[in-house]
Amino acid sequence: MSDEYEHKLEAKSDYATDASSVSSPDLDAVPEAELPDQELYHSHSWWTTYVFSQDAKYIGIQYALTAVGTGLLGLVLSWLMRIQLAFPGLGWLDPAAYYQFVTMHGMIMVVYLLTALFLGGFGNLLIPLMCGARDMAFPYVNMLSYWAFVVAVVVLLASFFVPGGPTGAGWTLYPPQAITAGTPGSDMGIILMLVSLILFVAGFTMGGLNYIITVLQLRARGMTLMRLPLTIWGIFTATVLAMFAFPALLVGCLMMTLDSLLGTSFFMPAMVSLGETLTHEGGSPILFQHLFWFFGHPEVYIVALPAFGIVSDLLSVHSRKTIFGYRMMVWAIVGIGALSFFVWAHHMYVSGMNPWFGFFFATTTLIIAVPTAIKVYNWILTLWRGNIQLSLPMLFSLGFIVTFLNGGLTGLFLGNVTVDVPLSDTYFVVAHFHMVMGIAPILVIFGAIYHWYPLITGRMMNETLGKIHFWFTFIGSYAIYFPMHYQGFVGVPRRYFEIYDSPYIDTSTLLLNKFITIAVLIVGAAQLLFLYNLITSARLGKKSEKNPWKACSLEWQTPQMPPEHGNWGKELPKVYRWPYDFSVPGAKEDYIPQNQPPSEIIGAKVEKT
Amino acid sequence: MSNKKSIFQLLTEKPWEKDQIEVDNKHQGQTVNLSKQKLGLRTIMAASTVLFSLFIVAYSDRMLISDWKNMPEPWLLWLNTGILVISSLVFHMTTKYAQKDNFDKTKNGLYFVGFLAYFFLIGQLIVWYQLMNTGYYATTNVANAFFYLFTTIHGLHIVGGIYFWGKTTSKFIKRTYKKEEINNLIDTCAVYWHFLLAVWIVLFGLMLSS
Repeated sequence: MSDEYEHKLEAKSDYATDASSVSSPDLDAVPEAELPDQELYHSHSWWTTYVFSQDAKYIGIQYALTAVGTGLLGLVLSWLMRIQLAFPGLGWLDPAAYYQFVTMHGMIMVVYLLTALFLGGFGNLLIPLMCGARDMAFPYVNMLSYWAFVVAVVVLLASFFVPGGPTGAGWTLYPPQAITAGTPGSDMGIILMLVSLILFVAGFTMGGLNYIITVLQLRARGMTLMRLPLTIWGIFTATVLAMFAFPALLVGCLMMTLDSLLGTSFFMPAMVSLGETLTHEGGSPILFQHLFWFFGHPEVYIVALPAFGIVSDLLSVHSRKTIFGYRMMVWAIVGIGALSFFVWAHHMYVSGMNPWFGFFFATTTLIIAVPTAIKVYNWILTLWRGNIQLSLPMLFSLGFIVTFLNGGLTGLFLGNVTVDVPLSDTYFVVAHFHMVMGIAPILVIFGAIYHWYPLITGRMMNETLGKIHFWFTFIGSYAIYFPMHYQGFVGVPRRYFEIYDSPYIDTSTLLLNKFITIAVLIVGAAQLLFLYNLITSARLGKKSEKNPWKACSLEWQTPQMPPEHGNWGKELPKVYRWPYDFSVPGAKEDYIPQNQPPSEIIGAKVEKT
Repeated sequence: MSNKKSIFQLLTEKPWEKDQIEVDNKHQGQTVNLSKQKLGLRTIMAASTVLFSLFIVAYSDRMLISDWKNMPEPWLLWLNTGILVISSLVFHMTTKYAQKDNFDKTKNGLYFVGFLAYFFLIGQLIVWYQLMNTGYYATTNVANAFFYLFTTIHGLHIVGGIYFWGKTTSKFIKRTYKKEEINNLIDTCAVYWHFLLAVWIVLFGLMLSS
């Protein structure tokens, strides 16, 4: 490769002569910048400022609002399903509508809400700020990424308005039923869903390219990879996973689109449908399952790893304590990421497979519990003897630890083939994955929004409303999902729109269904409180100080808050330490920002174990 | 610059220790000594490699089912492969000319590469046309469907390459950009061309051998 270009273009001499380095050159000495400053795109018109913006912070907010808007639809769908389950006598939904809502709820929540919010929303907002960059590496591509996401969402929502409605194949979209007559939305709905996913993958690849290159190449001087906040490690590793996992979804979607539109037989076996022999022959439905879950399992960690990273930072900041075992946390994130590609078939135990195959995947699944457990221990040890502030982000982080532990433990059960086979089609699985990848990441998202809201708006969110929101959400989600474990054990099957008067199902489960639905509606109402808080605080909230949580990481150290276009004013920050120097003995304040020069904190014993 | 470190060395750094702090403060903020375009291309190539590998896995898996009927490979495909090889060679030479600052030869090289890329795409379309005329539709057998799918996805990658080739060529002809900057772009495009050649050879070889 002939790529050894010297980047030593006109070293900026004025960079090294700021006030602090003159006063004590030996302490704060940093070599001159060898890399040129990033060229920024400046918007000229209303359109390029507010619509097709190329500023990563703004794109992050656009991503987040679009994702939350779509997620709210997913939430409403879940209310409708729950009302049907609790009061089947009302005739509220017909089976087709129920399946369609199940499918859309699942797909929206996993892909269009969680993935887009964590990577597109928090990734765009935090990566340049936390790394000390002015913007993403390719701002134009970043803008395209957001608009591809918008088009994907529009296509997805359009499927509600086509003949036959959206697809009702379940979020896993298994062929042959997904594209066979009899499944709701098997002609137009499924096509729109597949096209929307293809667009999402294309858009995400553009965004992911930006996240990876920005984290690797555009950090501030002094910001080594091991000085990055764990938030960035989580988002970065999740992005790498996504770049490897989404192609599998793309392959599956493309081939199924062809099966449906052209009548090819990639996945479609020879079959008789409604008395007629179809033209397909020989296709392999199992192949789709492998492709789907090769994407689907890493997807769980694409959602979980950013949550792990963010919650680590929230816990550290709000307990005024260094994160326990920073390196171990990084290794766990990377290890979980790598392992997540070797566990996919544990979603397919009931599809039928060689017993040794199942044994292999059960083993890898249980091994992944080791780095995950390390993380949980480290979060608890971070809290140990910390100066715990029961602020809103801390409350949600604590809620996350408990919920994640709960969902993780049921995962240990389901990872075993013999336990999974009887439970896999019951509400036990529903409870498990909602706990571990629904409620747990959502709690982190709430904590993160309460934490970084001042960075976006310059105002704090209302504390009292936030606490009410927390307790309703936290206790409410246990009221919803704990009973589901029990329902699963007594054998209530998933995906049934009505249980009828089955002699095999105990009447207590019907009572529980009513209880769960009431809890769902109460938790839903609490989310409206959150939305009210989110909207009104932007105008009426208490003005925030510059660094309201006294955090060390770079995003709070910008010259203006909220940060302006270009983030850092004239001069990029210089980083002298990692982001976890809390409560350092001898220091004036209980935190030392990453970019504070050493000459200003003489006397502080920075080194520690 | 920490480009000499392995990932294991990197992950075992202790950022809180005094010696490490001194080393870290000298860090320039870049992980590997590559331009962002080149590293970006590598990222895209990695993702594309995963994509094509999964297609190949699907192909190999589907091939085992008894309804599989192999498709003939028209001789035109060999010609197209030859065009792709030549365009890759020409692009390699163009990067050398660009380094030697030979404006005219670089310009001609770039034009020729673009011409060959379009030529390749047209050639692929003719292959499609021939196959459809002889009754090898995508629905006839899944082997045909895979052929159309592979050529489409590969062709779309080429179209993407042509877009960036166009941007690079127009920048080059304007002569207003720095030499390092434009050479970096030409090199990046050339690497992508070699990558697409390699992908095509693997796909073509797979279809020949099965």
